[in-house]
Amino acid sequence: MGKTLAEKILSQKSGGDAHAGDIVIAKVDLAFVQDGTGPLAIRQFEASGFEKVAQPKRTAIFLDHASPSPARELSNDHTLLRNFARKTGALLFEVGEGVCHQLVAESLANPAEVILGADSHTTTAGGLGAFATGMGSTDIAIAMALGKTWLRVPESFKVLVEGHFGKGVYAKDLILHLIGLLGADGATYKSLEFCGETISQMTMSERLTIANMAVEAGAKVGLFPSDEKTREYLITQGRGKRYRPLQPDDDAAYEQTIKIDAAALEPTVAMPHSVDNTALARKLKGTKIQQVFIGTCTNGRLEDLAIAASLLKSRKRHPDTRLIIAPASRKVLQASIEAGYIQTLLEAGALITPPGCAACVGVHQGVLGDGESCLSTANRNFQGRMGNPNSFIYLGSPATAAATAITGEITDPRELL
Amino acid sequence: MILRGKAFKFGDNISTDHIIPGRWFHLRSNLPELSKHLLEDVVPAFVSRVKPGDFIVAGKNFGLGSSREHAPLVIKMAGVRAILAKSTARIFFRNAINLGLPVLICDTSQIDEGDKLEVDLIKGIIKDCTNGNQLSFGRIPEVMLRILEEGGLVPYIRKYGDFRI
Repeated sequence: MGKTLAEKILSQKSGGDAHAGDIVIAKVDLAFVQDGTGPLAIRQFEASGFEKVAQPKRTAIFLDHASPSPARELSNDHTLLRNFARKTGALLFEVGEGVCHQLVAESLANPAEVILGADSHTTTAGGLGAFATGMGSTDIAIAMALGKTWLRVPESFKVLVEGHFGKGVYAKDLILHLIGLLGADGATYKSLEFCGETISQMTMSERLTIANMAVEAGAKVGLFPSDEKTREYLITQGRGKRYRPLQPDDDAAYEQTIKIDAAALEPTVAMPHSVDNTALARKLKGTKIQQVFIGTCTNGRLEDLAIAASLLKSRKRHPDTRLIIAPASRKVLQASIEAGYIQTLLEAGALITPPGCAACVGVHQGVLGDGESCLSTANRNFQGRMGNPNSFIYLGSPATAAATAITGEITDPRELL
Repeated sequence: MILRGKAFKFGDNISTDHIIPGRWFHLRSNLPELSKHLLEDVVPAFVSRVKPGDFIVAGKNFGLGSSREHAPLVIKMAGVRAILAKSTARIFFRNAINLGLPVLICDTSQIDEGDKLEVDLIKGIIKDCTNGNQLSFGRIPEVMLRILEEGGLVPYIRKYGDFRI
């Protein structure tokens, strides 16, 4: 019987013949923590009696959630993490370098690897064809120490996407539509495997957006094949030699197949307080928005800022709507300065915050007031997510976000194109 | 082993942001302070109402969202002995087991708020002593059962030094 992408990768990494439902011990190619989950991971690592990490150059620590730190408690957590990196030789990514998932894609992830991160959106690297999944601090602590983990090989859903996106419609609209279809637990434990004409044409930035949000349907991984687009991306990141092709077998077994016609999609928004609570942007016209946030591991890349800048060029944000932009990494910030996007966004009235998770996680840099609503390009809109349980979060594409910033209410970006 | 306690009912889709809100992010290295905020946006003053040995009885997809292990950790610190749910999110389930906190998948619609429960972890039976119902719960995979038996992944690894499957 043929194999899915998940089965192929886990067979290679466990040195056996892995099929859905099997429990395997797999080699871990990269284990990482961020500043919210890292301190507990270090405590569990030490409580288990370990002093050394198995692969220092494949162990990474990211200071991204509090970037830079807004509180002394978090500054002390950062000190703990820096000391651990120094002691073990693990890679350290300082405040201001960017969101862990963006940096993993830019610098560390390769096709067919097993990547574990103490952050649920670790699924992002599935865009590069890596079996990348989020776990808690203790699991990551043990993976850092042993260089391996146990995994149940997931069943897979095949997501077949055909056709071209219409004007103003993007990968974000596709994944929001899919989550609305599946429900917030519709793919729990599963591998979501993307294929079809639309997928093979799709840029890496868009693939990362989709893989990032696979977890919002409960999935363990969101996997893309490794193909020509993967090779091109790895070359631009200086890792062309790490390219290897990876496709599922034609006779692989899927638990179900979901077909999506990209041409039929419209700009889509997730309404408060769950990601599967989706609606078409045009049907939400009139919903006043006090804050627009463009950034995060979902949609804070160069292509995303380019889309926002093209809509906001020679326009201004609505006077009642503040516009906060957080580039996903320092590289993205530098490239968007060079391309002129940052200048355009500043002229439109935007506030640029440092590369990192910024307002998305409710720690700082854009906490909402009571009764306020935000249109965010992030991946999650749970109650209290942005620091205030008495506020409301809508999720949409960078185009929908930019259009909303201009009009001050949720707006289908096609109105302004 | 028999666990006895009272049921605290919750609905569907209780996220890790509900369990321990992100605005307390700076308290994650101060667990006694962090745990005071357990589920505060769902049940006001939950921490002062829950008694050691009680159960969280939830609907579907309990613990969805962030990978923060602090969520099951503060639940355990509050004295909750087990979580009963129709289903849970993947990462939350694994995190809870890694901390030695049992998560039992069963039809929680048959349990009401405040019911007195008896849970037999070995036989896999939940007895609702208030309404007389008896429920069974889904089998926990062997590898997780061993981790649970050792009290969590840290004691398990200290004992075996490696994974055993």
